[in-house]
Amino acid sequence: MTAVLTRGTGRQAWVAIRALAALTVATVLYTLLVTAVGQLVLPAQANGSLVRADGRVIGSALIGQSFTTPKGAVLPQWFQSRPSAAGAGYDAAASSPSNLGPDDPALGKAIRDRRSALAAAFAVPAAAIPPDALTASGSGLDPAVSPAYARLQVASVARARHLPQAEVARLVEGFVQGPDLGYLGAPTVDVLALNAALAKMDPAGNG
Amino acid sequence: MAAWLLVAEVATLLVLLGVCYRPLGDHMARTFTSDRDLAVERFVYRFLGVDPRAEQSWRNYLRSVLVFSVVGVLLLYVLQRTQALLPYSLGLPPVPAGLSFNTAISFVTNTDWQSYSPETTMGYTVQLAALAVQNFASAAVGLAVAVALVRGLAARRASTIGNFWVDLVRGVLRILLPLSVVAAVVLLAGGVIQNFSGFQTVHTLTGGTAVIPGGPVASQEAIKELGTNGGGFFNANSAHPFENPSGWTNLFEVFLLLLIPFSLPRTFGTMVGDRRQGAAVLAAMATLYLASLTAMALLETAGGGAATQAAGAATEGKETRFGVLSSVLFATSTTLTSTGAVDASHDSLTPLGGFVALVNMMLGELAPGGVGSGLYGLLVIAVIAVFLAGLMIGRTPSYLGKQVGGREIKLASLYILTTPVLVLTGLGLSFGIAALTRSLTGTSILNPGQHGFSEVLYAFVSAGNNNGSAFGGLTANTPWLNASLGAVMFLGRFVPIVFVLALAGGFAAQAPRPATEGTLPTHTPLFVVVVVGAVVLVSALTYFPVLALGPLAEGLHA
Repeated sequence: MTAVLTRGTGRQAWVAIRALAALTVATVLYTLLVTAVGQLVLPAQANGSLVRADGRVIGSALIGQSFTTPKGAVLPQWFQSRPSAAGAGYDAAASSPSNLGPDDPALGKAIRDRRSALAAAFAVPAAAIPPDALTASGSGLDPAVSPAYARLQVASVARARHLPQAEVARLVEGFVQGPDLGYLGAPTVDVLALNAALAKMDPAGNG
Repeated sequence: MAAWLLVAEVATLLVLLGVCYRPLGDHMARTFTSDRDLAVERFVYRFLGVDPRAEQSWRNYLRSVLVFSVVGVLLLYVLQRTQALLPYSLGLPPVPAGLSFNTAISFVTNTDWQSYSPETTMGYTVQLAALAVQNFASAAVGLAVAVALVRGLAARRASTIGNFWVDLVRGVLRILLPLSVVAAVVLLAGGVIQNFSGFQTVHTLTGGTAVIPGGPVASQEAIKELGTNGGGFFNANSAHPFENPSGWTNLFEVFLLLLIPFSLPRTFGTMVGDRRQGAAVLAAMATLYLASLTAMALLETAGGGAATQAAGAATEGKETRFGVLSSVLFATSTTLTSTGAVDASHDSLTPLGGFVALVNMMLGELAPGGVGSGLYGLLVIAVIAVFLAGLMIGRTPSYLGKQVGGREIKLASLYILTTPVLVLTGLGLSFGIAALTRSLTGTSILNPGQHGFSEVLYAFVSAGNNNGSAFGGLTANTPWLNASLGAVMFLGRFVPIVFVLALAGGFAAQAPRPATEGTLPTHTPLFVVVVVGAVVLVSALTYFPVLALGPLAEGLHA
């Protein structure tokens, strides 16, 4: 056994401190390298896939937003996102799921309340509301809803904006995205992208 | 629910892992057996003051592991406590003492349990220069210990099992860093962010405002999955769209967290000079993995729980782009490795889906387990399996020509008992001491009834097995949970490592005996069955009583 390595715990501690210093340098260099690649080669993604309307940033294609009044009531001229447990709702400084358990009576009640509120807001039968419309997502920032939920809202949005229903339905279908490569994940409709296109199509109805 | 989508997704995953198995497994074997140093490594050894050719006895190897880790804990603690003085702290105050203690241990032990919400607690410097450093370091320590055990099995009459500092440096420079660079760039292309912009406020279509977070996320995400660490840059972890933007990035992240653990059996087989041994270990891991995945997929799509049924499907806590099935794939993979990243709320899994997540961790995380820790965990079980089989057929048990005698069985048994003792002691104190129970029910537990008990059970199982995922409704930032979970994480990592390295030293000192007709072959399907049976027997049965009190009671109640 060579003596260099075995001369007591104190010496090992010095080696450990230097090793951590070296690792810190390596980690910083690694982070800067990835940042450089991101900023030079893939700047749109690296900076948050920002969505612009009329030249100004209105959000990120990946981060959901709420389209309700500050009190949470549906704004009928916009497609609605899912319920959110991030802060007061879609607060990207406080991403979070609800963490309510599958048997929690509070969750059951919230789901029933949402079902009746949404049925009234969209003027559809309560049984027609899909599960994603009734439940909060894992991040509280889910940018998407299921195609079923988007389609369910077509009539109500068309009514609020005095648009032909077929025109709004066509718009929605243009935003239905299948799973990646046809089988990875689940089909989605990006709510912000859809609403941005809606705002462009019908600027008078944005309220 | 289109089950074939999950079948196709899992098939894709298996193909990807299969393609990497040989080249990565062989590369790792070369990394840890080569006697050539890269120029940059020679520079690092000079800086460290270490002779790379000097071998260590198991005791010295262990001392280096422990000293390196304890110094790592101290450094992480100090960096968190002085956060306000560091650049890019985003104006955040120092992290409180109890939380700093818990988090320092959490990241050094490869657990990455987070009692805090990163967005409002950790600035960029702490995330990057403290937590991310340990994401590399803790994974490299796991690799080193596993390789030391394999060296012990491969050696003949040796008094040493390698050099920890060399294994650490090579593990980082030749394996973790290069893979992370590639993974981070792929994640970037998928939409994971990488900037230092802080929070940006924008005006929305409805006339309100919204914030868009920034941060060096892609670089951290890559090593978070590759190193089976799991500590999220954001509170929502891999459910956050900036950590995991799409269906394919989700599969890619699952691939990353399984990549090294599933390739290490090849490294093992190559290093002991019999690749069939590695294949048997891989078969045992894969059997458990696929069985668990199937169970959770069936249970989660069945949609148990009153609230789940009120909604119509188990979508609470799950992202639309992943759906139920890709969330199940992630949940299974993260709890069968020591990752603990989540792309859905485990607290909101159906009662029996959450039960599978718990059982996965209770199995000891060896199918395929954490980076390094999965392989050494499974090899310890293989030693037990050899012993059990030896008793049945009345032969002297041996593994790879190394005799499994009293010392080996004692060490393997102690290894297996350590985590359950820690978990059940922590849980027992939590509910046995009135003041602690009051703190739990008053502050920590979110959900009523058995599910609330499951939150605490999950926390201790996760900490003891160094997983790091949570039933996230639990408010763990309390004096009792910060202290007890911190202690359980530390002991749950390093006490088993003591036994593993002691085993490695003992095996190394033996001269392998040639196989005879009476030797139990350890590369056959029969042996794989014995190993799988041993995993289930020794691990899961230990926990049956507590499982019955928590998720089983909840699941059967419905």
